[in-house]
This record gives sequence, C-alpha cells and structure tokens, in this order.
Amino acid sequence: MSESTEPKVRQHQAAGDGTAVQPLLELRDLDTDIALRRGTVHALDGVSLEVMPGETLGVVGESGSGKTMTALSIMGLLPQGGQVTGGQILFEGRDLRSLPADEVRRTRGVRMGMVFQDPLTSLNPTMRIGYQVAEPLRVHEGVGKAEARERAVEILRRVGMPRPDRIVDNYPHELSGGMRQRVAIAMALVCSPRLLIADEPTTALDVTTQRQILELIDDLREEFGMAVILVTHDLGVIAGRADRVAVMYAGRVVETAATAELFRSPRHRYTEALMEALPETAVREAGKEARLYSIPGLPPDLSRPLTGCRFAPRCRHVTDECRSTDVALSGGEHQFACLHPVSGTPTGPVTLPAPVVREPAPVEAAAPVRVESTATPVLSVQNLVKNYAAHGRGLLRRNAGQVSAVADVSFEVAPGETFGLVGESGCGKSTVGRLAVGLERPSAGQILLDGTDLAGLAGRERRRMHRQVQLMFQDSYAAMNPRMRVDAILAEPLEIQKVGDGAARRARITSLLDQVGLSRRVLERYPHEFSGGQLQRIGLARSLALQPRLIVGDEPVSALDVSIQAQVLNLMRDLQRELGLAYVFISHDLSVVDYMADRIGVMYLGKLVEVGPAREVVRAARHPYTQALIDAVPSITPSATAARDGVTIQGELPSALNPPTGCRFRTRCPLAQEICETEPPLAGDRHQVACHFPLRPEADAVSAQTGTAA
Amino acid sequence: MTTLSEAGRPGAAPDPADAAEAPVRGLWRQGFVVFCENRLALVGLGLFILLAGLCFLGPLFYHTDQVHTDLAAVHLAPGEQGHPLGTDGVGYDQLGRLMLGGQTSIIVGLAAGILATAVGTIWGAVAGFVGGWADTAMMRVVDAMMSIPSLFLFMLLAAIVTPSVPMLIVIIGAFAWLGPARLVRGEALTLRSREYVQAMRGMGGTGGRAVRRHIVPNAIGTVIVNATFQVADAILYVAYLSFLGLGVPPPAANWGGMLSDGLADTYSGHWWLLYPPGIAIILIVLAFNFIGDGLRDAFEVRLRRR
Repeated sequence: MSESTEPKVRQHQAAGDGTAVQPLLELRDLDTDIALRRGTVHALDGVSLEVMPGETLGVVGESGSGKTMTALSIMGLLPQGGQVTGGQILFEGRDLRSLPADEVRRTRGVRMGMVFQDPLTSLNPTMRIGYQVAEPLRVHEGVGKAEARERAVEILRRVGMPRPDRIVDNYPHELSGGMRQRVAIAMALVCSPRLLIADEPTTALDVTTQRQILELIDDLREEFGMAVILVTHDLGVIAGRADRVAVMYAGRVVETAATAELFRSPRHRYTEALMEALPETAVREAGKEARLYSIPGLPPDLSRPLTGCRFAPRCRHVTDECRSTDVALSGGEHQFACLHPVSGTPTGPVTLPAPVVREPAPVEAAAPVRVESTATPVLSVQNLVKNYAAHGRGLLRRNAGQVSAVADVSFEVAPGETFGLVGESGCGKSTVGRLAVGLERPSAGQILLDGTDLAGLAGRERRRMHRQVQLMFQDSYAAMNPRMRVDAILAEPLEIQKVGDGAARRARITSLLDQVGLSRRVLERYPHEFSGGQLQRIGLARSLALQPRLIVGDEPVSALDVSIQAQVLNLMRDLQRELGLAYVFISHDLSVVDYMADRIGVMYLGKLVEVGPAREVVRAARHPYTQALIDAVPSITPSATAARDGVTIQGELPSALNPPTGCRFRTRCPLAQEICETEPPLAGDRHQVACHFPLRPEADAVSAQTGTAA
Repeated sequence: MTTLSEAGRPGAAPDPADAAEAPVRGLWRQGFVVFCENRLALVGLGLFILLAGLCFLGPLFYHTDQVHTDLAAVHLAPGEQGHPLGTDGVGYDQLGRLMLGGQTSIIVGLAAGILATAVGTIWGAVAGFVGGWADTAMMRVVDAMMSIPSLFLFMLLAAIVTPSVPMLIVIIGAFAWLGPARLVRGEALTLRSREYVQAMRGMGGTGGRAVRRHIVPNAIGTVIVNATFQVADAILYVAYLSFLGLGVPPPAANWGGMLSDGLADTYSGHWWLLYPPGIAIILIVLAFNFIGDGLRDAFEVRLRRR
C-alpha cells in the first residue's frame, strides 16, 4: 500500500497540468500471434495505444477485432499458444517485455487490475468472497489473515456492497450477477492499481445492473485516481463513459479520438458504418421504417497474410488504392487509418454519401394487412400462467414451493404485426415464447392460435397447429443438429409435417434459401462451417419452411455483432413484408425492440406491466419500471446518457419463488406506496399499464392507425 | 445474453470466399482426416494391427507345438535350439505361446468390450429416454452392482464355473457394462434437452424421431469411443483373472496367465518368461487407448476445420 501512494500523488498533479504528461500505459506497434493447431492467427498487428493517468479509454470493436487480445496482452494472460511477438508495452515508462519476469509479475499483479466478462467463472466457487478478494494482498504484500479480512471488508464497502462484513464469509453462488461483478471489481482494486482493465464488464448483466456497474467504475476511477481501459462491443457503453475511444477492426486500431469528437464526426468508414448499423441511429434519424445499414460480408481471416486496408472488402467507398496500400494512422488528436475518410464536417453521419436504400412506402404496404385482419389475432394469449415446481434438497425432493415464471399474462398479436417483448433476465419473456410455440404446457390460461385453443387439441391435430407458429432461437448453432447437413436440417420440418414429396421439398428448400439470401452451395455443408449471421439465416429459413403465420424470435440477434445484427434484422423485416408474417420479438435490448416492434409489452417478474404502441412505450413510458429500463439503456448520443435522470432503480430482482404481493415491482419502485400491496390491473385502452401511479396519462389516440384494442 | 467471447476462438469467422471454395466433404471423411492428424492414434492403430497380425497370422508361418509338453527342452534361453524367445517350464516355445495367448486375450477383450458396450448402451439409453421411475430403478441397479468390488466377484464366479473363452467373455461383459450404462444415460439426458431436439418438437415432431434422427447419431460417437476403452479394460481383466489363476486352463494360454507363470521364475533369471507377455499387454492396452483418443477427436464436430 505504502508503495503505491507516492506515484498516485505525482500522477494527480500530472493530470492537473494536462500537458506533457507521460502516458500511464503506452502500446507501441504491438503484435500478438496465437498459434493454433493449424496455422497462426495474427490477432494483433501493430496496435498502438496510449492511456493517460486518470483517463478512461474505451476500446470498441466486433468479435475477432482484437480488443480482448489487446487487454490480455497487456495483462500477460494470453491463451495457450498466444505470444506477444513484437512492439513494446510501456507501463509508467518501462517496457514490460524487457523487464525481468519477477518484476513484470509484480507490476501486473499490483499496479494493474482486470475485470472479466463473466463474473461467475472469474470467481472461484469454492473460496469465500473475503479470501478471494484479499488474495492479491496476501500474494503481493504478504499481509496477515486478520488484516487481509479487514482490507477485504473495506474494499467491498467501497464498491457498494451491502453488509460487506457479512458478505466476506459468503460464497460466490450466494450472490447475484451484479453483486458478483462488484466482487470481481473489488478484487481488481484491492491492491490500489494505477490501471483497471475491464473486459466487457457488463455484457453478461441486465441493463439496469449494467448501469449500476458502469457508474461504480466511473466513481471508483475518480476516487482511486486510476486509469481505466473499458473494452466492449457496445458503442453505447463507450459513449457514456469513456474520455477517449479506440475503434479496432481485424487486429488493428483504425480510429482513435476523444469520445465526443468520435461520435459527432467519425472519420474512418468502418466507424461510420458501425454507427449506421445501430437500430438506435436508424430510429433517430430516419424513422422506424428505414432499413438499417448493414456492412456486407464478414471480417477477414487473420491467419492469412493481408494487404491494404483490412476493411476494404466490406467498404462502400473502396478504391483500388485501398486494397493495395497499407494505411497508417494519421497524426494529431483524432487519428484514423483511412484513405477516403468521412469529410471532417461535424455534421457527421447525417450527410451520408451513399444513402440507405429505402423500400417504397413500406408503411402503406404493411398497414392494410394489419387493419383488415384485426378481427382474429394470429396469437391470443389470455391469462397465461406458468409455474414451475421448485424441488427441495435431499432424497425425497419435497416440493419447496413454486417458481412463478409467468403470472396472468394476456396479449394479442395481429397478423403481420411485430409484438416486442422486453424485460430483464428472469422476467419470464422466454417462457412466454416457449408456451406460445407449444414447447411447454401452461399451468393455466389459454393460448389461441388463429382463434383455436391449443389446449383442446391433442396428438396429430396439435402437431398440425405447430405449422402456424415457429420458434427462432438465439443460438442457431445449438438449435441445429451438428451431424446433419443443411439440406437435411431444412427438410426436417417438411418431413415431420409430411409436406409434399422429395422433389417438392427440394424445390421448397431452394426457394427458402433464396428468400434468406444464401447460395445453394450451403446445402451440402454442416452447421459448424457457418458464421453466426449465416446460421441465423439458416435458422430463419427453417422457421419459414412450413409457411407459418407467426414466428417467435427468442433473442434472435443478441449473440450477433452489430453489423451482422443489422443484416438479420433487415432480412426479418423484408420477409415480414413479403409474407405478411407476424413476429413475437423477445429481447432484452430495448433499442432493437424499439426498431423492430409495432407494439411492445414490458415484462417484470412474470407479469406484463405495460403494453402499448412501440413509439409511445419507448418515448412516453407510463410504468416506472419501463422508464427505468429506458434510462438504463446506453446510447451512442453521449449527451443523451448524461441528460437522462429519470427513474433509477437500485437493488436486485426479487426471487420468483416468493414474488412480492401486489405490484411485483413495488420493492424496487421509487414511487411505491401502501396501495401498491394490492395488485394493479392492466388498465388503459391502447397503451395499457399495470400501475397505481402511472408516470403519465395515456396519450390521446393519435391517428389510430393500428386499432389493436384489447 | 450476449456472449462475444473472442478469446476462445480467434479468427473463427471464415472467409466467405474460403467457405465457398473448400471442397465439400462428408462428416465421416472429415472425421477420418482428423483421426489421421492425431499421430498417437495412428501409432495406436498400427500397434494394434501389428499385434493382431502377429497373434493371428504368425502361427501360419511359425509352427510350434502348443499342445504337447516337451520336458526335454524346458527353460531354454532365447535363441537356443531354434527357439527365438526360449521355452517355458514345460517346454512350450515362448514365441508360439505368445501368439496363442494373444489370440485369447484379443478375442476375449474385443468380445467382452463390445458386449459390455452394447448392454450398457441399451440399458443407459432406455433409462435416459424413459426417465422417471424406470430411470431411478435402473440406475439404482447399476449403483448397487458398482458397489461390489468386481475383482471379488470375478474370483467367486470363476471358482464356480469352469473358465473357458466364452465364459470369460460373459463374466467380464456382465460386469463391465456398468460404466457405459452410466455414460450413455448421461448423454441421453443432455441430448434430450438440446435445443435442436426442442426445435424439432416445435415443428411438431415426435419422440421417436428425436431418438432416431437426433439422439442416436449424436450419442454414437461417445459410445464408440467408450467401446475402445472397454476393450482395453477387458484385456486387462483377462490378464488379472489369469494372473490369479482363474483364466482358461492349459494347454490354452493367454498373456495374463503367461505372466503369472513367469512370475514364479522371477528369481531364476528366466526373464524371457516375464517380459514378452508383460510388454504385449502394455502395448495392446496403450494401442486401444490411443485409438480411443483419436476417435474422440474425430467425433468432435467442432474440432473440424471449416
């Protein structure tokens, strides 16, 4: 401890001066290779970065861009076969690559801290929290048992753990995800590091928890006067938190700039494309009917030699020069490696050289379908209840109660409509989806498909009804038999439902491939040969095989990168328009749901708390929970994040084993009063809310084009 | 939730051009390629072919009398009187005996291993698919049998019945199926809840189809891999039993029995009675283990190159 106080003082002064400060960490032309069974992947190629004391550097990129490899190279935690092969890692002016091993270990252990993505796997399940948090102290400072415990309690208090003196004796499994991430942060901070590297620290967390953790990291950075490297795939997370941003692509830094500058006027074409691919951008700038810009193709294979700009094959503005010339980062404050950068005018993405192709008047095309057929909704869910029996421990496994996964949920989906279902993990949204497609039987309530009650059907009839509604999975790889070829995978639904003969099935499969934009060559391949976006297309093709009227998408794009996500979302919309499909779009990502859905239902702990037209739910939320959810979503407009000071909810989701009586949100609601112990009904006409104190009255029926009265 | 774990699979996304150009190959073919890339697996396979060839084809070229004892030529050292590996205590040629014993060991090992795998697979699969009470009852039977030391039971059984080759196969098979049963049951349980099985049910598919098209093809790899380890184990069991004097009676031979006989001569310097069967047992067990490891890789779809 005494060792680290002296530099802290020095750096605080240095940060104040602002000029000619030595960077805390400087990467110079860092190369990292990873040797695999076949060939070598050049994960990093000439990465140069600087982190000033007390600064937050955001490193952003898609999967495979090398952002995590950069973090791991700094920490010396590269996976097996990984090695830094060139360049320098200067930490406080000393090159970690040339220092003696013992000193490097000490430097990394004491003066740097790292927080990983998954707080469950980064904690040892068999060690008590206190011991785990204090472990770095015992290793590096050799403190005694009693002192270690004291210090652990102290650091846990500083990361905002309730009752730290009791938590130290708990095991990781006894804490929730957010709490575990706090422990992981405490562990990283216990030696008072100068630099904290957070690798996707909130990716595995819900948005409301994500907000709490990001704020915590911000506060701690000021309190400890340390620098932070925030590695993430989420532009929104970076926008609100980082001082400077480095954008990575295919193992290189393609652009670095101050955060506000970068988001106001991105220069590199990749950065520009990435921002345009966000549903948030589309909704804000061109309205919901606009197509997203999707970057064609896939990132390059880093195990082969590459020449020229690595983004060239996917770039709209590519010239021959781009393919042959290696572009270095430009000088100055705003650096970028692009031959044809976006012009420096601060208007940025508004003046697009190649405007997004828009389908002619999609609103008109889609709307009539909706209106004329509102008579029989394609899916009608009435008072749906699903309880799971919770088993106690021991031999006899007595029922220890019921987990209330879905409690009294009712909604309707009109033909051709997209119904978005949002909520945090554990709110029951996936269970609703599984119930709707018949994978689970409801405990009570009705599910009507096209006016027919599913529960009343059995055997053959029931299977026939499955044609009407199909499920689209989050992880299409897991949802496909790895030992079946794509043609067999696509033929399976047709075989099960005994549709047509062999030739007819083959014809149907070919037309399906055309619909989702895949070449016929994929038919002879196996699922493991495809990338995530391609798999999602195949999954969608399989869902479409039986010509269903409704597709239930359970987080269909959550595992995809932004650019690939845009491809899939566009495809889903195109198909909806062509085929008149209805979607139930389940997601935790409000900005995606906002873009996709006509109407949105918000779920909290098994209950639907708000249902209404998407626009109104997102922009004029009536339920405090919805508002909190909206406020927690990180946005790429930095000012938006700062300005929103609406409802912040604290604490954790209560257990569904014994949900709170009355309004289930009341335990975390800032507006809760006594009356909330009685259950509020889902009230309202078009924009319904289940709250005793709705934030605002129902907006007057504005040009009621979607007359989906309940 | 979003899981963008790059660390595990750098550069995993294939070049689209690459995917289009690569030749299309079937899963078995791809598996064969992976198997061949595993050097140890190839060594194992070569070793097995070598040993099996020696034992089964060797006697065609190298004729010895393994029925009548020759008390005039006992304990001859290797090389003496035209016996390359010498002779044992009753005058049998050691090399010829090694071949004969190898036949028994390999036949019993293969047959018992396959028998155990077949019984265990069916038992475990039924328990896993049916679930509920049937599962509980069937698996408790397995637990109960596992709690009895197998060696003790082998000795008891071998003392009751006269050991012969078929009897050895049945005895060993009767106890070795417990492992595969547990393994396959676990596999069936996980496969049953896989998302692709759910996806199929979502299309309106039946349980039978799930078993036929999804569960069996995906479990078969595990079963085959396990079978090779079962064979290795069975060969060792034969050796144990024979070593304890419960093997096939003379003049039939097997490697374990030869080892047992040779042990009596440890201090008389007759090393050629001890080392050849011992080394042969080690080699064949190693061979099957290497083959099993190679097959494990070959059946792991994810290890394949796109």
